[in-house]
Amino acid sequence: MMEIKVLGTGCANCKKTKAVIADAVKELHLDLNIVEVQDIPSIMAYGVMSTPAIVIDEKVVSSGRVPAKSQVIEMIRKAQTA
Amino acid sequence: MRNDMLLSGSDSPTQDQPTPGGGWQTWRPWLLVSLAAMGWWVVYSNLLAVAEWLTFDLLGMAPTSELGMALAFFLYDVPKILLLLTGMIFVVTTIRTFFSAERTRQLLGGKRAGVGNVLAAGLGVVTPFCSCSAVPLFIGFVEAGVPLGVTFSFLIAAPMVNEVALAMLFGMFGWQIALLYMGTGLLIAILAGMVIGRVPRIESGVEDFVWQMSVGNDAASGTRMSWAERFAVARQSTREIVSKVWLYVVAGIAIGAFIHGYVPEDALAGIMGEDAWWSVPAAVAIGVPMYANAAGVIPVVDALIGKGAALGTALAFMMSVVALSLPEMIILRRVLKLRLIIVFVTTVAVGILLTGYLFNFIL
Repeated sequence: MMEIKVLGTGCANCKKTKAVIADAVKELHLDLNIVEVQDIPSIMAYGVMSTPAIVIDEKVVSSGRVPAKSQVIEMIRKAQTA
Repeated sequence: MRNDMLLSGSDSPTQDQPTPGGGWQTWRPWLLVSLAAMGWWVVYSNLLAVAEWLTFDLLGMAPTSELGMALAFFLYDVPKILLLLTGMIFVVTTIRTFFSAERTRQLLGGKRAGVGNVLAAGLGVVTPFCSCSAVPLFIGFVEAGVPLGVTFSFLIAAPMVNEVALAMLFGMFGWQIALLYMGTGLLIAILAGMVIGRVPRIESGVEDFVWQMSVGNDAASGTRMSWAERFAVARQSTREIVSKVWLYVVAGIAIGAFIHGYVPEDALAGIMGEDAWWSVPAAVAIGVPMYANAAGVIPVVDALIGKGAALGTALAFMMSVVALSLPEMIILRRVLKLRLIIVFVTTVAVGILLTGYLFNFIL
């Protein structure tokens, strides 16, 4: 099953990103896990320096901004076909 | 809000499916931005007339009354500053879509002190940065071999020389002061970073776990963005920033208008004027722990100057509020030992202090 992680230290934008992803997932009628990763060593392990970042199936697909719902949907679709 | 509508009034270009072989898709975002810019200009250049019409014709106030003057001033200044902010933020955030923290790290990796500090301060202005990701950014820089002093140049410039401060200064004091602020802000960032980099055994001031951390190399490789995407990102950031600061702008200008009207001229000349040598350190000491964004501070600064405070003192106050803050230090405490935080704050504060004196002396 696909897993989506939101990397961030708990800032407002990270929460916003999680909400956008939840919205996108709902629209696609998918059943998948959205995990928040907050500890610094784990975030750094992905090589991410600007939060919030999004990781789909262990691959970083976005960092440093809150994407729009349409962009998240595109990211998920891309990951599905990969 | 009128100015927000300008940029959000037309629907996002990115949501359209690209039509194959159409030059239209390349031109459309530019067309929309040009239209928005023209609308912006029409509104901007008619603000004074509208504000006066509202106050004197619609509300029937006498142009000579104090309240009428204050109201016309307020009705002109608030939309003017908000429009300037919106335009400036849109331009800057568009430029920022060409940069990322990851790319900046690559550019700075292995750079020597000196060149590195100058580059880092410049990149601090154009790299998208939020103080909430200061910690991962710091670790990422250090792990990539960016010297500590160079990293600090970045961390000082990024919050200090920001688009909100520049737009506000431009709107209230003109482009010369905005440029002066930008120039000295960059200079402080460069020099403070170089000084910090030369402190003996500076590396021991970084928490030990930072050196042992392994940083992945996995970060999203920057895919090329189309102009439509860049403008969409810029529009989103603009809306976000403006919705965050507009209330401070209005409150700041209101406080400023109050001081204009009710505090006697030169009331502050004694305590904040050029002759009071201790006013600059006092302004910095008050400003450093304070946390406020540039938008709320500048109208107050404007009013203070109007009442006899020296420009250097007022700018030093503003710089210390914007560049250093208690919340940021608490965030950085996770990766820096207290000793290094004290070195960092002291160096920047001294830089701001000298700048304050310099402005008071030359202006």
